[in-house]
Amino acid sequence: MSGRVAPTEAVRHGLILAGRGVRKLRRNPEHLVDVTVQPLLFLVMFGFLFGGAIAGSPGAYLRDLVPGLMVPSVLMATLSAGVGLNSDAGSGVFDRFRSMPIARSAPLTGVVLAGAVRYVVAIAVLLAAGAAFGYRVGTGPVAVLAAAAILVVAGLCFCWITVFLGMVLRDRDAVQGTAVALFMPMVFASNVFVPEATMPGWLRAFSGVNPVSLLAGTVRGLLNGGAVAVPLAGALAWSAGVLGVFFPLAIRAYHRRVG
Amino acid sequence: MSPMIRVENLVKRFGRTTALDRVGFAVEAGTVVGVLGPNGAGKTTMVRVLATLLRPDEGLVRVGGLDVTREPARVRALLGLTGQYASVDGDLTGTENLVLFGRLLGLSRPAARDRAADLLERFELGTAAARPASTYSGGMRRRLDLAASLVGAPRVLCLDEPTTGLDPHVRRELWQVVRELVAEGVTVLLTTQYLEEADRLADRVTVFDAGRVVADGTPDELKRRVGGRTVQVRPALSQDVDATARVLGRLTGATPARDHGTGLLTAPAADPMVLSALVRKLDQAGLAVAELGLRLPSLDEVFLALTGKPAGPDLPAARDGSAG
Repeated sequence: MSGRVAPTEAVRHGLILAGRGVRKLRRNPEHLVDVTVQPLLFLVMFGFLFGGAIAGSPGAYLRDLVPGLMVPSVLMATLSAGVGLNSDAGSGVFDRFRSMPIARSAPLTGVVLAGAVRYVVAIAVLLAAGAAFGYRVGTGPVAVLAAAAILVVAGLCFCWITVFLGMVLRDRDAVQGTAVALFMPMVFASNVFVPEATMPGWLRAFSGVNPVSLLAGTVRGLLNGGAVAVPLAGALAWSAGVLGVFFPLAIRAYHRRVG
Repeated sequence: MSPMIRVENLVKRFGRTTALDRVGFAVEAGTVVGVLGPNGAGKTTMVRVLATLLRPDEGLVRVGGLDVTREPARVRALLGLTGQYASVDGDLTGTENLVLFGRLLGLSRPAARDRAADLLERFELGTAAARPASTYSGGMRRRLDLAASLVGAPRVLCLDEPTTGLDPHVRRELWQVVRELVAEGVTVLLTTQYLEEADRLADRVTVFDAGRVVADGTPDELKRRVGGRTVQVRPALSQDVDATARVLGRLTGATPARDHGTGLLTAPAADPMVLSALVRKLDQAGLAVAELGLRLPSLDEVFLALTGKPAGPDLPAARDGSAG
């Protein structure tokens, strides 16, 4: 009928606009710094600076660090969805999208889906750099793909937090600052960089339920071999919970912001 | 036949500001209406309501017979918009932009490519097709913008100050494009601060001031409404000025105004027949004439008379969106 666009069409519009996002990334490789240079810096800094102190040797530390670091890298990569939408929403091209007979949600879907490409880049960069520094996957390609898929799904769920922030906060700096302030404690109060055994009880309790720890545990289990079920269940529960809360909030804020 | 655009009693408020206050006008299919007004008059708000980017608070707005509030998706399928600010993606090339919009409008990839190539050719952007739009000059960007609005072959085109800030020759090129589109049957609504633009392009002009329509008509009707027609004559020889002024005065029953620099004589001309009578009399008196004609007031004078403000090409080109 009149105001509605068929769901299949809406998906098609979203995919076309995701293609736009990927094209923009190719044209501005510097926009990939947060999923290329940043994970590398963390890998080198933590692996070689603290590796010896934390795990006895950088080599032993890399076994936990490489898979673990994929989680904060993907989490931080979700920022671009919120920041990108925030700057897009005020631009002329957004007006054009809105004046076209396409799904209202398409520009939003496009930005979110284009984000998945960034998550894959972050994972690939860490795998390649890890391999160069001597990290070896203990399982097989299927497990690697499964780990990547879980990370991408988690990223697509958690990015709705930044989309929400992008739609309620005024400018991109505010979005960036708020999201970093929210994500940093999650990243550092987790088992990504240090074993939980070394933490005081209260911190260990926090880290134990922290989605970053749960995801890191899942990825380690998949890449190094080991139990996956428990952290995976927790990670998926968190992802579903975040999606359940922030997807509707973000959609509402989006419609309020751009009509 | 019902008009292509019909607006009745349209009210749009932003908080306490009434940006559009019971606005009404109609645009017949295949014609150009110029929406003229100073900054803050409500022109951009009007365009954004037509393009379904803003919902009206009250009143009726129909495009192609479709209500913009009830059937926005169908209105969007009819209408192309070129906003005041570049509504293309600067990171993408000219071709990529147009292919993107074509794909969104349901064209297959090859069809979208063909359409993009045609439009780029038509707007003389063929050589720049593979360059990111951010590297385009102002005029090229406007042309790409207009091309982007035409990807879906809209029947109604809304242009919000399409030539603000453009060089005169680029402006003229754009006018030519608009004329071609109208010849193809497209209905055009354009907002402008340039009276010349409205005068040259528009079949009808709607003058906005402070959110209201203060005048509506053809450019000639508006000119006639505001000031009387005048007859002007400039003698070929400066010693003939007095004699010519006497002839003109007898015919029009008024003392002609005299420009001492140029010798131009101006007198009110209620009856247009005064011109042929004047030619005969001057001929009989043996007075040679360098310049002779009837003149309507310029739209500038109309604008000043209607709004109490001078027309605004020199005003700062601030966005009159949110405030009105």
